[in-house]
Parts: sequence; C-alpha cells; structure tokens
Amino acid sequence: MRLTLHVWRQKGPKDPGRIVTYDMPDVNPDMSFLEALDVLNERLIQRGEDPIAFDHDCREGICGACGMVINGIPHGPRRATTACQLHLRTFKDGDEIWVEPWRARAFPTIKDLVVDRSAFDRIIAAGGFVSVPTGSAPDGNALPVPKKVADLAMDAAQCIGCGACVASCPNGSAMLFVAAKVSHLGLLPQGRPERRDRARKMVEQMDREGFGACTNTGECEAACPKEIRLEFIARMNRDFLRGTFAERPEAE
Amino acid sequence: MELKANVPDGSLEKKWDRHRFELKLVNPANKRKYRILVVGTGLAGASAAATLAELGYEVEVFCFQDSPRRAHSIAAQGGINAAKNYANDGDSIWRLFYDTVKGGDFRSREANVYRLAQISVHIIDQCVAQGVPFAREYGGQLVTRSFGGTQVARTFYARGQTGQQLLLGAYQAMMRQVGAGKVRLRPRSEMLDLVVVDGRARGLVVRDLVSGELSVALGDAVVLATGGYGNLFYLSTNAKGSNVTAIWRAYKRGAAFGNPCFTQIHPTCIPVSGEYQSKLTLMSESLRNDGRIWVPQRQGDARPPSQIPENERDYYLERMYPSFGNLVPRDIASRAAKKVCDEGRGVGPGGLGVYLDFADAIRRLGENVIRDKYGNLFEMYERITDENPYQAPMRIYPAVHYTMGGLWVDYNLMSTVPGLYVIGEANFSDHGANRLGASALMQGLADGYFILPYTIGDYLARSRFEKIGPDRPEVRQARTDAETRIQRLLSVNGKRSVDSFHRELGRLMWDDCGMSRNEKGLQRALSRIPALREEFWRDVRVLGENEQLNQSLEKAGRVADFLEFGELVCRDALERRESCGGHFREEYQTPEGDPMRDDANLCHVAAWEYAGEDSPPKLNKEPLTFESVHLAQRSYQ
Repeated sequence: MRLTLHVWRQKGPKDPGRIVTYDMPDVNPDMSFLEALDVLNERLIQRGEDPIAFDHDCREGICGACGMVINGIPHGPRRATTACQLHLRTFKDGDEIWVEPWRARAFPTIKDLVVDRSAFDRIIAAGGFVSVPTGSAPDGNALPVPKKVADLAMDAAQCIGCGACVASCPNGSAMLFVAAKVSHLGLLPQGRPERRDRARKMVEQMDREGFGACTNTGECEAACPKEIRLEFIARMNRDFLRGTFAERPEAE
Repeated sequence: MELKANVPDGSLEKKWDRHRFELKLVNPANKRKYRILVVGTGLAGASAAATLAELGYEVEVFCFQDSPRRAHSIAAQGGINAAKNYANDGDSIWRLFYDTVKGGDFRSREANVYRLAQISVHIIDQCVAQGVPFAREYGGQLVTRSFGGTQVARTFYARGQTGQQLLLGAYQAMMRQVGAGKVRLRPRSEMLDLVVVDGRARGLVVRDLVSGELSVALGDAVVLATGGYGNLFYLSTNAKGSNVTAIWRAYKRGAAFGNPCFTQIHPTCIPVSGEYQSKLTLMSESLRNDGRIWVPQRQGDARPPSQIPENERDYYLERMYPSFGNLVPRDIASRAAKKVCDEGRGVGPGGLGVYLDFADAIRRLGENVIRDKYGNLFEMYERITDENPYQAPMRIYPAVHYTMGGLWVDYNLMSTVPGLYVIGEANFSDHGANRLGASALMQGLADGYFILPYTIGDYLARSRFEKIGPDRPEVRQARTDAETRIQRLLSVNGKRSVDSFHRELGRLMWDDCGMSRNEKGLQRALSRIPALREEFWRDVRVLGENEQLNQSLEKAGRVADFLEFGELVCRDALERRESCGGHFREEYQTPEGDPMRDDANLCHVAAWEYAGEDSPPKLNKEPLTFESVHLAQRSYQ
C-alpha cells in the first residue's frame, strides 16, 4: 500500500520546527506504525538525511515510551492502542497521515517526536507511593482485599505513563495520570493511611510542573491506550479536597 | 583468575542465615558517607536503589530510557513464583528450590537457588504492602496459578501485566527516595564504560543521550542491573533498547562472563510476519495452562484449523510428555515446536508456527472466564495478527526471550572485579541452563530487595576508600576511550546502516547458535562474525554528531558491542560439548532426540576472562557441586 507521511521535524528545543512530507509507496499493511518509521529512517539514512527521532522501547504497548499524535489523535485512530501496536492495516491505501509530537507546556520538545516527560516522574516522587521500607511487610494474605476492590485498583494501575492524556487535553492537564495513581493506591487498604496527603502532594506537584486544570472535556479518557476511566478523576478530587481542607497539617 | 564462589559452610537451609550474621555491618551514621552507583532501573536496579537509599546510602541511578519506569521488566506478563503454598498443593521452599535446579538442568549453584526459594516468600509480602494489585479470590485472598516445569500453583500475578505492576512498585519505592533526596536520578543516560581504580570498581563513564555530553560518575561501589542480551539475535522479545554494552564493557575491564551460550528461546511468541519485522512479541506462558498446542498429523496439511478433525491433530506435547503435557519447561516446548515444523507439519506462512488452541477451555469454562484470565493477551494477539483467538487457535513460534548467562558473580553477587556487583538478568544467575517461567521477576527482586543490600555493606565495611577525583589517570583513560570510540563510529561514514548490520548478525546467530547448535555451524559463525565486524567498522553509516540526541549513534555503539560479544557466545557454545537446558548440541543427544548432559566433564560454570584485543579469551571453570540434590536425567514424561 501507499501512504504519504507528513512528519514534524525539529532539530532541537530552539528550532521552530516544520512539517516534512515523505512518500511511502510500498508499505506492508501488516507493519506496525513504528516499523513504517523504521523503514522510512533506513531510507533517510541511505539518502544521507537525519533519521526521525522518536521514543520507543518495548513495542508491546506496555512501556509507555512511544507516543505521537497521528492525524490529530494521540497514538492514532485505533481505540485502546499505543502507536507501537497500531498497524498500517488501520489505514487505507493512499491515505495521508500527519505525525506530530505530544504538545503540552509541561512536555517540552527535545527533537522531532521526542518530548521531555520527566514531570511525570516528579509527580510520582512527590507522593505516588506507599511508604513501606523493604523488610517491614506483613504476610501477603494478612489483609484480605475484596476481589472487586483489587480489580478496580488494577484498572487504575494499568496506566503506562505515556502522556497521551496530556497531549489530548485542550488544557494540557495531567489529571487522568495523577488520578490513576491516586485511585490505584487509595483504593487498596495498604495505601489508605496516606491517601489524602498523597492526593494533595501529587496535585500540588502537577500544578508546579505547568500542567493545566481539568474542565471535564473527557478527551483524555478517549485517548488513553489503557482505557483509564474519567471516574478516577472524581475519586481523586474527593481525596484532594479532604486532603486540602479537612486534614492539612498546620505545621506545613 | 581465581573464581571464589564464597558459598558459606553449613547445611543448605542455614547458609543464608548464618552468612547474614557473619556479614559486617556499616554503622547507620556512616552509611551516608558511601556513594553507590546503580545502572539500570528494572526490577533489580529499582528495588536495589530504593532499598539502599532506605538504609541510608547515597545512591545515584542511571537508565537510558526517558523514565526509570520504562525498563524492560515492565513487559513481563505471566507472574512471579513464591513458595507460599497458599494453594495447599504440596509446595515448599525445598520444592521451589528443587524445581528451579532441575529446570535449570543442574547447571546452577545450589546454595544460590536455595536462598532464592527462601526469599521468594518475602517478595510477595513486600509487593503486596507496596500496593501491587495482585489477583484476588472473592474472599480477598491472593490467587495463584501454575506455570511450566512445575506441578504446583505457585505463581502470583496481576492480570497479564505482572512485570508492570511489580516494576511500578519498585519504581515508586525508588521515587520516594528521589523525593527524599537520597537517590539522584539520571534518566536518558547510558553507561559507556566502567572505571576501575586500584583493581576496584569506582565509577562509570556516562553519556547524556540528549546533549551527548560525556561525564564520569564516581563512587565506592557499582551495581549493574542492566538486563539481558537477547537482542544479540536482533529479533527477540526484548525491548528495542535492551543491550549488552554495560556488562560487555565491564567484561573488558576484568569481570568474568559466565555461561554466555545459555540463552532461552521462549516457545510461545507470535511468528515473524515479514522482513521489516523489528521485534517479536511474547504470548505469556500462562496461556499454556488452558491452551492446547497442536499441529496437523499430516505434512503440508493446508486446511484451516477448524476443518482438521480431532483425530487428525497431533497434540504433540501431551503425547510426548503425558505428566507435564503443555506445561513442560520452555526449552523442551521450544525444541518440540522446532521438531514438528522441521518435519513439515508447521502451520501458517512458511510453515513456522504451531497452534495454541483455546477451544476446549472455552467450552469447559466459558468465554468470560478465559477473557478474565487472558483478555489483554488475546487483545494483543488480535491487534498484531488481525485474527480472533476466541474463534481460531493462535499461531505461535519460539523466539529468543531471556539470557541465563551474564557476568559471573559470587554468593554475594559480586563479580570478579571487587566492588562491582551484578544483579538480575545481567548476572549469570540462578537459572542454570534454562529458566523456569515466573522466576525472572523473583530473582530480580530477590537480588535487589533482599540480597545485595546486605552483601554490599560487608564489602564497604571491610574496605578503605581514598577519595578519587576525575583527574586520576584511570578515570581520564576510561573517558578518553569512550570519546575515541564515539568519534570512530561517527567518522567511518560508510554505506550501510547500523540496523542492517544488526539484522545480519542476528540472522547469523539464530541460524548457527539458536535453538540447536553443532560444531560446524559454530565454527562457521566464528569465522563470519569477525568478518562482519570488520565490515562494520569499514562501512557503517552513522549520521549526525555526538552533541545532540542521536539515536543512530546510540544503536551503533550497542551493535558494535554485540559484534564482539556474539563471538564469545559461539565460543562458549562450542566449548560446551553437551546438551543441557537451552543449549542443545546436535552431536549430544540420545537416539530418541533427548539432550545428553556430560556431568563428568562439564558440570561447571564457564567463566570467560578477557585477555586483550589480540588474544582469545581465557576459560575459567567454577565446578558445581551438588550436596543436596541428585543429578538426574531431566524427565517431564
């Protein structure tokens, strides 16, 4: 099949960047989208042109490294699918495809399709954990966790930290990412002692990083390759409000 | 080179307890005076970094990914073993120990494996406390399932994303320490060399992958947790970035390399679909709990699977291994798949595939139960192949998945370079010649949470460290070496891309040093690899410059190392004149085609020592003695 790719090329953070068009006359529909970029890059190298930089690693949809906006949608048109698991058979022969990096104030572009998502790590460092040092755990079965609760926590815990939620949000908000972690840990009995403090600290860090606020647009839920649900944001808001107004330690 | 395994005396059950008492401790107030450098943030690296920082050490952590949460442990699907015996089905520490030693075909160190089985139970507790959402029964208790090579259900899991959840647990524990200022995190940083001063590991040469800047990090001990080298074969289930560079550079600075030829071919992967293929995708071994593996009885039977009647199918694993059936260990299942495909009974394009069929299980349990257990795996299969596995059987074929070999370490997980520790898949490890399913996660976390943090303290407490600065000649030399190499790669300016070399090396390794090996093929590989390497340095094309994000340059450095390392793998495979575990030498098999070990001559760890660019590496042997286990022909019939 034949595809035309319009790809965002940007040499570095200071380069204004531009769209460059590449003709792909002979791609195989069974290729993944990233494999098509591999093939294109091989050709660019043969022609002596700089290959397109993009983040990727596991290519199984779980590491969260890959991420690009394909035809205006983070990770492309297929529901619940990362760019690395998107296959060309999703497109039609002759299609034109626009490929751009995540665009958000908190994710500065490094080069081409590569952006800096370290803000997510700093949000986790601010509170996205259970404070349990190695060696201090009771028996795994000491505290029963109802299946329903464990399943719901797992739904939230599936987040791969790719940043598609931020890229899809008109406000560049990271609410879905933060809510997924707050919900995952807050639902489980092990995470309950720090629940409200956690929500408050993570949200404060999110604000410091320059992410926008949530206006319930719902784009994030639609774009999320792991189908993290919007209702987790409501759950987080509850924890956040209690953490901010009901229990904020005076000493802070 | 002297290989001192440092296994403590005493009975197997008491060794670790006793050893922990004998290890010297570092006073809590003194711990912050030590700086430990950890490379890699998978299960082993992240759990070690978190625990060391909790203990009070200063820790600096490096990973090449943009975030530590993306390390390849994240992709592990099926589960993690622990001898909890919650299923009340006869499991015990001893049984997990025995299964692992036997699964590894009696080529691992007994005392290490026993310790691993002992620690397994604490790992589950720790992970539960961190908030890992393991699967639960309705009553709230943890669920377990069975896995290949065992007859008990001891595998804990979190849907098909166990590795992800365990890694996030370890990552979050580490990030807590980052927030507390005890861990300094350096993502998008690649280790290019090890700095050895006065015979001890004291630092790293690191390239910042965004700016290209080379820097030296110095400390009192170095921990490598850099994973396996499966990408030597180009096509593997490993993440694209996984590479051998860190441990290969350490090898060239004096760390012995253990059993490099022990590579694991996983039986259940999605078959190759075309030339452009960039990697292979694993379908979790847990699928073999409910899926039945078969091929048509007749050669070249091209009918669709639904039209092949029951009595014309060959459920070959159930036929050949009635007591373990579809749950035989990975090496056996892989070789059996190759055998039926070599007979011309394979299915799908090129005849390189076998069926993994869930029809029976769906009839027995209903589609909903199957969806609950394996839903995300089925979806992934459908996404890649465009076929619906609820309706038609999956097609699978073996692929390179894990490497049991790695840097040689003693009982304390220290390599032959004092102060250089190696944990997780990067060490030659506890898995002998074949790893059992759900044991990699167990080993990575055992090393990182519960072994290294103890043993490294003993080394620090017994050593005296003078302060060294970047001006030391050894430090400057290592940095200059790395710089020179980068400049060399950039200045070849040839015609072939890095990937084309990598692909050619991979095909060569797969053909001559893959699922089965013979002397002629290995000799051929040993003559072809140096020629390919020579061509690489003459004709590779690496565009751009060092002072930028340059992914071609990153790949070029890694492939250059694979081109050296592949030779060592073939050499080791040639020297190991027996068949054991994942290493099958065609010359050493019974008339029935079963592998034949040579316990009289080859019951040892092969630890290779670097002897310079112009000399062949030196082979050292650590004899393996089994005091508690009887060496038996491995049987799963």
